[in-house]
Amino acid sequence: MTRKKRRLILITVCGSVLALAVGLILFAMSGSIVFFRSPSEIEAQAIPAGTRLRLGGLVQDGSLKRGAGQVIDFAVTDHGATIAVQYTGLLPDLFREGQGVVAEGVLEPGNRFKADTVLAKHDESYMPREVADALKKQGRWQEGGPQAAGSSASAGGTLGPRSER
Amino acid sequence: MIVETGHFALALALALSLVQMVMPVWAARSGDPALRQTTSQAALGAFACVLFAFAALTYAHVTSDFSVQNVVENSHTQKPLIYKFSGVWGNHEGSMLLWVLILTLFGACVAGARNSVPPRLRANTLGVQGLITFVFVLFIITTSNPFSRVVPAPLEGRDLNPLLQDPGLAIHPPLLYLGYVGFSISFAFAAAALIEGRIDAVWARAVRPWTLTAWCFLTLGIAMGSYWAYYELGWGGWWFWDPVENASLMPWIAGTALLHSTVVMEKRDALKVWTVLLAILSFSLSLVGTFIVRSGVLTSVHSFATDPTRGVFILAILVLFIGGSLTLFAWRAPLLRQGGLFAPISREGALVLNNLFLVAACATVFVGTLYPLLLEMLTGDKITVGPPFFNATFVPLAIPLLLIVPFGQSLAWKRGDLLAASQRLFFALGLALATGLAVLAMTWGGPVMAPVGVGLGAYLLIGSAMEIVSRARGYGARRTRSVGTIARRAFGLPRSAWGTALAHAGVGVVVIGIAAQGWAAEGLASVNPGQSLSVGPYVATLDRVAPRQGPNYEEAGAFLTVRDRAGNEVGQVETGRRFYPSRQMTVTESGLLTRGFSQVYASLGEAGKDGSIGLRLYYKPLVLLIWLGAVVMALGGALSLTDRRMRVGAPAKAKARPATSGVVPAE
Repeated sequence: MTRKKRRLILITVCGSVLALAVGLILFAMSGSIVFFRSPSEIEAQAIPAGTRLRLGGLVQDGSLKRGAGQVIDFAVTDHGATIAVQYTGLLPDLFREGQGVVAEGVLEPGNRFKADTVLAKHDESYMPREVADALKKQGRWQEGGPQAAGSSASAGGTLGPRSER
Repeated sequence: MIVETGHFALALALALSLVQMVMPVWAARSGDPALRQTTSQAALGAFACVLFAFAALTYAHVTSDFSVQNVVENSHTQKPLIYKFSGVWGNHEGSMLLWVLILTLFGACVAGARNSVPPRLRANTLGVQGLITFVFVLFIITTSNPFSRVVPAPLEGRDLNPLLQDPGLAIHPPLLYLGYVGFSISFAFAAAALIEGRIDAVWARAVRPWTLTAWCFLTLGIAMGSYWAYYELGWGGWWFWDPVENASLMPWIAGTALLHSTVVMEKRDALKVWTVLLAILSFSLSLVGTFIVRSGVLTSVHSFATDPTRGVFILAILVLFIGGSLTLFAWRAPLLRQGGLFAPISREGALVLNNLFLVAACATVFVGTLYPLLLEMLTGDKITVGPPFFNATFVPLAIPLLLIVPFGQSLAWKRGDLLAASQRLFFALGLALATGLAVLAMTWGGPVMAPVGVGLGAYLLIGSAMEIVSRARGYGARRTRSVGTIARRAFGLPRSAWGTALAHAGVGVVVIGIAAQGWAAEGLASVNPGQSLSVGPYVATLDRVAPRQGPNYEEAGAFLTVRDRAGNEVGQVETGRRFYPSRQMTVTESGLLTRGFSQVYASLGEAGKDGSIGLRLYYKPLVLLIWLGAVVMALGGALSLTDRRMRVGAPAKAKARPATSGVVPAE
């Protein structure tokens, strides 16, 4: 086998693996990315039903209802708009009314949201970043005061509210 | 006092790393080998200083010295002792200190490895290593000082995030950092080779043990992190394609490619420029990982606190090292003498294909992880790239890669014979196919991909075993049929051959474990004591719910009895929800019942008004294989490390024994 032919084979193989990778990425990108939306954006943008979304905001006070068979209803609000959410499953440990939450799922007709995943924070003093940003846009959020946005009891324990470092 | 001394030691380490960085340059200019020797001493000194600083911080944590800010924020007098230790690195400042400690530890190891690394290469490598240490110690001192005091000192600390109070998390960061930071050595070696403009098989032999060590630890670290997420987060998943997980996976994939390409370089003196590039990429991806995790651009359990100055500093480090090394690469790589091209059908050809697929897979993970960040920066749109993306890109690239593993193993160097290799693999392929079909028949009606995956795993396992057998049986005139001879020869094979086979078998075990998750089952219900919930082949009955008092938490525990479908008792599971008053935080403790390699997984939800509790139950068949496979892979790597080839350094050394003191004639 000549040198030229060997080089040609190498380039062909490299090119085809690269093309495969690029093709897969483009294919997957078109079908499997999920956008983050706040309740106000959903209300304003008339997003078609059946779209997969991530919905983020605060859990509205007094909206949490537990039905039979672990069906849970609650509402997510950014104080501009409110979207009703239904979820079947166990809520994360840090899920509380008045606190930040991100729900992933499908938007149903009439702007109802059917969530299959509910994420809350890992730590009591941090808001999911997307939610903080969305609330900032609404002017409902003050930097450095995560508890100010929610109405839950002071979570700082014996030392008072935990400061941001 | 000890705390201030620790702070001072850190400053001293900064100065010593500067010495370590400058000395090789000075030595090269003046040609004085004694100056070069100073580099090693500076590296050892820097390690001693950082070790002292780390010990000082640990002391403050263990004695609950609440005049130290870091201790106040992450400790509590009632916290169990093990978490007082692990709390040292369970926060931003302490974990960066651990990062630097491991960095200097590796530096000290290179300084101590007199036999295996030629002196000039060693000095240059340590110089680059010194630069990395300098920048990171500067980062700690200026933006994340773990030793800052609080006045007045509070009486009690705020305790560690309860999610991090777990034995898994005590060992996960050190393992992961040993991997991440270990790649800094390969990086330093690559930069040293570029500066010198010379690279050869000796370089490959010198760098391989370090890469292999880093790779083994990274493998274990990733597996540990995955297992922690599995049992601690209570969702029963073992891999979420979360950016933080991807951040550790990318350097691992690049490191795997690097390991394989150094083999080609060592044996065939080819792929030099590519290997150097991979070494740079592995460490760059480790840095990207550190940036993603530490800068707070993402919200996760790992982003302890967000501070814009830190993010900017880490970004500057990123630009300095990645930009700097790539520039150095572009400038100096043309100087490296190119190795020859080789036949496409050969061991090295297969290894090139392995590298191509690994790098392509790594690139898909990279795009999926960083594209959302980029898009948000450019357009403000917030998107999530979740498991569907990675399943559609990473998996199709991983499968052909796994298929060629045994092929590459059975091809000869230089010029392989595809037909002969296929004939040798015919047995493995047939057996794997039979296994897959048998499993498919047994689980008829279930998911189709699971038996396919099991077949693929079996193919890898059998292929690895075949490799050892056919090597022991010998080729051509040495070929034998006597079982005794084969066993004796197999025993005498180099440990690296066994290590390779073991690591590849480990991959097979992981694949089987992953494939078996296709049969996983899940159940969810609110149950009262006495009621049952069934999942897969098991039925779990809630016996009672009882409160319990832990050292720094209160727990509502649920006790379940698990029976099989026939009604025979299989075992007990307890799961609970722990409330940590110091943080006002509730954490679910999942309960696990292990049967062979399979597990029943229980996690508890909130109590309802009628006294019922939410209960989620998973049946996870063969799930333990996923992590055991990773351990097998790491063991394979460790076995390779003990190979004679790794211990014996430059070939000239054996004759030059009387001369000692590592003075190998410089060229």
